[in-house]
Amino acid sequence: MEKRFMDSQIKGVSTGTTILAVTFNGGVIIGSDSRASIGGYYVSSKTINKLIQVHDRIFCCIAGSLADAQAVTKAAKFQISFHSIQMESPPLVKAAASVLKELCYNNKEELQAGFITAGWDRKKGPQVYTVALGGMLLSQPFTIGGSGSTYIYGYADAKYKPDMSKEECLQFATNALALAMGRDNVSGGVAHLVVITEEGVEHIVIPGDKLPKFHDE
Amino acid sequence: MAAVYMSANRPENAFSTVDLVPEWAQEEVSTGTTIMAVEFDGGVVIGADSRTTTGAYIANRVTDKLTPIHDRIFCCRSGSAADTQAVADIVTYQLGFHSIELDEPPLVQTAANLFKQTCYRYREELMAGIIVAGWDKRRGGQVYTVPMGGMIVRQPVSVGGSGSSYIYGFMDSNYKPGMTKEECLHFCTQALALAMERDGSSGGVARLAAITEEGLERRVVLGNQLPKFSNA
Repeated sequence: MEKRFMDSQIKGVSTGTTILAVTFNGGVIIGSDSRASIGGYYVSSKTINKLIQVHDRIFCCIAGSLADAQAVTKAAKFQISFHSIQMESPPLVKAAASVLKELCYNNKEELQAGFITAGWDRKKGPQVYTVALGGMLLSQPFTIGGSGSTYIYGYADAKYKPDMSKEECLQFATNALALAMGRDNVSGGVAHLVVITEEGVEHIVIPGDKLPKFHDE
Repeated sequence: MAAVYMSANRPENAFSTVDLVPEWAQEEVSTGTTIMAVEFDGGVVIGADSRTTTGAYIANRVTDKLTPIHDRIFCCRSGSAADTQAVADIVTYQLGFHSIELDEPPLVQTAANLFKQTCYRYREELMAGIIVAGWDKRRGGQVYTVPMGGMIVRQPVSVGGSGSSYIYGFMDSNYKPGMTKEECLHFCTQALALAMERDGSSGGVARLAAITEEGLERRVVLGNQLPKFSNA
């Protein structure tokens, strides 16, 4: 409690945030809160959508400087759709993540944004990739990010199981977001969740008052 | 002069853009440790990791951060090892004296307020985050947290130290009022294991203690016996 957590000393609007992506049996769920703030003192948007669709079955969620994240995702979206047209097939999730990684790594001095890319492709099925601040690319069964994620490392480690069903995974993601939003003052608003499977994409929004409540002292 | 902290972890300020404030005032000093305390009907359970670091070197890998202040009152120490030891010694003396005057076992609230008085008065000099927990006849099991700065608040469950950030979510979702002593011990063991796995400044063994009217029960869970939560 005594540790003041200021992991982003970002000028301007930042998404002090909680983002996560979790694979389950047959798909992947990507989720985030909806708060954008300036320096942790002013909430500049209560309803921002941090889940950006970069292709039919590939989403990415953003953390860090909003301006940087928007610029990078715009460029990445273009490159990925161009690549997809050239290959005449839907892009691999890994390809989308690599595009983001290239942009982050080559511009690491100027940029201050991290991403989680999640999606489904025919080759490997559901996947989650993290692109960290300096441009590292890592594939994981699930991942959490943003300032609010520190508070749920313990919860996520304890509760994640590989090969969950869609309902279990939704419950896990919702709970994790609710817990993080409950402790991190720069995360909040509504919970955005996107379920990506071979069949399609389903967007779920859970307003603040419908989020699970935990024992509040 | 080597200053032995429970840790002095400074997150990298590679992206620091605020130059108006000097570097040293911007830096966050983490107190490397994980401590926690839980109330149950009839007493309290307290727990801590066992790592004391001097920078990157682990000065003591079997530290006991659960310090007795009186027969049924303990404190969990996080922050500068020197500061917390000094404050704990002061409070132990004050509380012992008070208890003899009263001719009665002291209240947990008294012990906690004594900690607060010292921590608040010397808050500029001290780096100490303390959780005071124990049992007394008037109010049963109680947990009071006295974080850095010197405030005091009673909570049914409290976590502290640098490792605590990682287990807030686990604590919020897994704590239920009305747990038994064994359930509290299990909860603490899991929470400490999770924090020790994620926080570089926490580790070693998990030390636990249960304080009730009957007395004190101490347990140690060794590193290889801790619950594992690794994912593929």
